[in-house]
Amino acid sequence: MADQRETDHATGVETTGHSWDGIKELDNPLPRWWLWVWYGTIAFAIVYWILMPAWPGLHGYTKGLLHKSDRAEVTKELKALDIKRGEGAAQLRTASLEQIEKDPKLNAYAQQVGQSVFGDNCATCHGIGGTGGKGYPNLRDDVWLWGGKLEDIQYTITHGVRTGVEGARMSQMPAFGRDELLKPDQIDDLTEYVVHLSKRPADAAAVARAQPLFEAQCSACHGLDGKGNQQVGAPNLTDSDWLYGADRASIRGQIFAGNGGVMPTWGGRLSPETIKALAVYVHSNAGGQ
Amino acid sequence: MSLWKQHAKLERHSLLLLVGILLVVSIGGLVEIAPLFWLQGTIEKVEGVRPYTPLEQAGRDIYVREGCYLCHSQMIRPLRDEVERYGHYSLAAESMYDHPFQWGSKRTGPDLARVGGKYSDSWHRDHLTDPRSVVPESVMPPYKFLAEKELDYSDIVDRMKALHTVGVPYTADMIANAKKDLEAQADPFSTDAVGLRARYGAKVVNRDFDGNPDKITEMDALIAYLQMLGTMVDFKSYKAQAPENQR
Repeated sequence: MADQRETDHATGVETTGHSWDGIKELDNPLPRWWLWVWYGTIAFAIVYWILMPAWPGLHGYTKGLLHKSDRAEVTKELKALDIKRGEGAAQLRTASLEQIEKDPKLNAYAQQVGQSVFGDNCATCHGIGGTGGKGYPNLRDDVWLWGGKLEDIQYTITHGVRTGVEGARMSQMPAFGRDELLKPDQIDDLTEYVVHLSKRPADAAAVARAQPLFEAQCSACHGLDGKGNQQVGAPNLTDSDWLYGADRASIRGQIFAGNGGVMPTWGGRLSPETIKALAVYVHSNAGGQ
Repeated sequence: MSLWKQHAKLERHSLLLLVGILLVVSIGGLVEIAPLFWLQGTIEKVEGVRPYTPLEQAGRDIYVREGCYLCHSQMIRPLRDEVERYGHYSLAAESMYDHPFQWGSKRTGPDLARVGGKYSDSWHRDHLTDPRSVVPESVMPPYKFLAEKELDYSDIVDRMKALHTVGVPYTADMIANAKKDLEAQADPFSTDAVGLRARYGAKVVNRDFDGNPDKITEMDALIAYLQMLGTMVDFKSYKAQAPENQR
């Protein structure tokens, strides 16, 4: 490789002096536009260092003349959002649940809030339309485990069910089979009795055998008539709504294992006014009490 | 152009060029990485963040093993819509004991930084076993096998020692009781839970996460980890508006 710059005859441009296998390289200047863009980026970087948080030092970092902070900005944006939501949000805070539901404007607002919050937080268990699933209560019917009044729904959402947190709704059906509180044939009889309670054809002899058993073991929570007790979340056994399945095997399984679902505590996660809107939404979309 | 002539020497001497490259590249490292070792303000001072319990740590290892981070982030950015949906933006303090952190960079599924306590254990069980049974539109693969696979925690002590080496403040007491604590957290009736709470805080709950009392499965560990995510920081005592906590 030679190192002699020379002028190329054909173009009149000086070469770099490099030569590989006789091929020489012209030393054309960089395109002006490219060079100026490059200078521009250098200038931009220097301006950026001055205006924005940039260089770390021994005790912190340069904050920049603009004092930009993402965290301060998001706080401001959330406040702005609160103002944008305006009257409706402020009224949700002060109005009672009944007032919200009766006032058409406020109700419409609560429905909007409720629907979006429900979709993000509740639909994962209760289903997109609130129709529930096995182990997850249907919120579109008029059957309520822990009460269907506005205040009941608000309380359930705020405190949850069986979360172990103080204030949460709490009850525990015994696992009559697993914990060997009843014998297998007694559980069979009780299954027939529960089927009979829901007005379906059942083995009459088994029902008769189970009657005293039901009164002794089950009636304390489910009531002598089997209509349940919302104070302890004991479901009504005489209707056609079954959280863990309507068929005999499911009913038997439930007497055997005494399942009880957990609903999270939403009090810390959602604001009180959001929970109010949600309670109104759930109440009016189901046959609220 | 004598300076360019000097540069020509660098270009034609491979060892010199190598030294030159190392010098230039290390400037970037020095400026970006080195200050993190002495700057005290990077991690916010918060109440409540503790090292993971052995069961949570085992669950975290499964989370990493299964590549959950490929579809789920654990980073709520300080943006209005994210804070509205997921809760308080993530703090550096919340991942200070993560090695490696699980911030992720892809959200095929939702962010999980504050998923702890959002759903019940049985929902997690149903969802991990068959995601579409509870979320019909989900594209998440099923992880049914986790419920069947017994958790291998024979090396939990070594794992905690390794984490201690890189700066997680596990005490000698925590390491000595690792196995006992792990078993205690997965058993709702454990008498050792008192010790577990004494070591890791009163908020730690011992229960049967996977609904199968017969064995400690990988499902137990993973759900224990998920139910803890984002629940540690005491936001009542955290001063989000203080100048030192602004970024």
